[in-house]
Amino acid sequence: MADIAITSVQPDRAAIASQWQLIWWAFKRHRLAMISLFVTIAMYIVALVPGFFAINDPTAQNARATFYPPQGIHFIDTTNGFSLGLFYYPLKLTRDPQTLAAIYKEDTTKKVPLALFGRGYEYSVLGLFTSDIHLIATTDKTKPLFLFGADRLGRDVYSRVVQGAQISLSIGLVGVFISLLLGIVLGGISGYYGGKLDFVMQRVIDFVLSLPTIPIWLALAAALPQNWPATLQYMMITIILSFTGWAQLARVVRGRFLSLRTEEFVSAARLDGVSEGRIIFRHMLPSFSSHIIASVTLAVPAMILAETSLSFLGLGLQPPTISWGVLLREAQNIRSIATAPWLFMPGVAVVIAVMALNLLGDGLRDAADPYNK
Amino acid sequence: MLRFIAKRLFWMIPSLFAVSFLAFVLIQLPPGDYVTTYIATLAASNEVIDQNTAAQLRERFGLDQPMIIQYIKWMWGIITRGDFGMSFEWQQPVSGLIWERMALTLALAIASLIATWAIALPIGVFSAVRKYSIGDYAFTVFSFLGLSIPSFLLALVLMYVAAVEFGQDVGGLFSHEYEAAPWSIAKMIDLMKHIWLPVIILAVSSTASLIRVMRANMLDELPKPYVTTARAKGLSEFRLLVKYPMRIALNPFISTIAWLLPNLISGSVVVAIVLNLPTAAPLLLQSLMAQDMYLAGAFVLLICALTLIGSLISDVLLALVDPRIRLE
Repeated sequence: MADIAITSVQPDRAAIASQWQLIWWAFKRHRLAMISLFVTIAMYIVALVPGFFAINDPTAQNARATFYPPQGIHFIDTTNGFSLGLFYYPLKLTRDPQTLAAIYKEDTTKKVPLALFGRGYEYSVLGLFTSDIHLIATTDKTKPLFLFGADRLGRDVYSRVVQGAQISLSIGLVGVFISLLLGIVLGGISGYYGGKLDFVMQRVIDFVLSLPTIPIWLALAAALPQNWPATLQYMMITIILSFTGWAQLARVVRGRFLSLRTEEFVSAARLDGVSEGRIIFRHMLPSFSSHIIASVTLAVPAMILAETSLSFLGLGLQPPTISWGVLLREAQNIRSIATAPWLFMPGVAVVIAVMALNLLGDGLRDAADPYNK
Repeated sequence: MLRFIAKRLFWMIPSLFAVSFLAFVLIQLPPGDYVTTYIATLAASNEVIDQNTAAQLRERFGLDQPMIIQYIKWMWGIITRGDFGMSFEWQQPVSGLIWERMALTLALAIASLIATWAIALPIGVFSAVRKYSIGDYAFTVFSFLGLSIPSFLLALVLMYVAAVEFGQDVGGLFSHEYEAAPWSIAKMIDLMKHIWLPVIILAVSSTASLIRVMRANMLDELPKPYVTTARAKGLSEFRLLVKYPMRIALNPFISTIAWLLPNLISGSVVVAIVLNLPTAAPLLLQSLMAQDMYLAGAFVLLICALTLIGSLISDVLLALVDPRIRLE
């Protein structure tokens, strides 16, 4: 039906489109948001099967490659004639004759070709089955490729960043969902009924907002059973913290409900004998669904940033778990910027992920806002 | 108005009790107490403490009593004598440890609040008035970048730039010679020389989000009929903007006062540690780790009190600035 309408009566298609269609059309016009959507999808695909995108085993240490600088992949070979293909040059270690400092230089005499969908280390896909096929794999195992360099134990930073995406992008999602649910329900009740209930709820919200999160976090981190795996502990903490995270959203939802309560369409529904649940969920909630969608997409980047700072402090995830925050602990001081700036690559990954999610949320908010022209 | 303020002040009392009690419970939640931590630190340097000494220590600190008694005693001391108890770790009264740090934290909070407003307000208005101009796009990119960079990463990079490129003395809030010195004008000037770096770092992310909010609010207000009316009356564009739509769009700026302190304390722990700032956050973290409960409890109580006062101030200011809001 909708398809016929679109092709035959072009100008009127907006009149009969569903709300979601309108949102999608508005969203498609927002170019930055579209790009962010693709970036976000790509990141979550990587997070789903990080092993496939990694090159070297992210946990493998290599004593001969400590602080190995990043290498580039070459496409065009002009050393003898002209040929195309993926390959790289291994770096050769030389010492500065005066200071004995390590100098790495590309050794252009030894060319190592790369294989697309080649075989490498074995990894597990979501714990279901194992595979050893990688997007790119080196053909010479003795000369590993370090796209983003290596850390102080000679572990491949690129593969670790890819692996870290899995935990960093997923661990707080449950918590985000719970605080969203609590925020809507409690804020909605407070705003819809008003009066004494509202006053009490407001004091509760004030109270929850004034709780400093760091002490709660610390106490919980110490109080949970020590024999749980680190990731499960962290997830439990994010879930418990979500019981404090709902307050901001509840404030906004309450404000909207307060102002919508007196609108004509709500009075009309009430006079028609519509049940309260239906008034709330069918008539009132859709009018600010844009705000709710936006707060979800904005809560996810906030959760990623929280993970990085807490793990950076040593309060969040602990090694050997690989997450972006854990990786950034390797880059804790000024000296690491000076000697091995590539250790900040996980930071770049964080910035890209958070930025894409923020832009996506912003675009969704604009698209879902019915008053936005 | 006065009735409203009085009512809110009255309601703060149960909130404060609830928070302080919760803090107390939370601090004691992990297994063990300060004495356990103390024994562990001594054991690290091969010093062994027997059961009797440990029991004596517990008795001296009052840790052998049930938690609820400890809490009531502590609260009673605060209410009757303004005594926040002793810090186990520092062997000093808590009040001697926290006031200077709380004052510096508050100074830092207010400085970053002012910086945030001073940057975000004009940029937000500009972005809305010149929507989709090159300037708007530039500020949009800047604000999203500001939102996305973890603050400790920014702190590390800025420290590096300031130290290596400009040869500035970074880290801490004072130069070495002023650290223990009593307050003087020279110390104030020294503070001013150091405070800008943490202020910038703490202001960046909140500035970025406020720019977004201000822009969105102004865009909502600008097409409204009252703006057209004001323009038709012949008001200059600048006066028109400042007098009407800005006054209404200011709402979120005032709301930020309420979140400022908890955000600054919880969110800035990492920055404070990276930059080595003598604010409340690192000491709070340390006291929590060591289960130094009176010190940690006093911090949590003070932070909570300041937050509640901040939220009251912001509600009163909202009513003063926005003519549509009435406090009943």
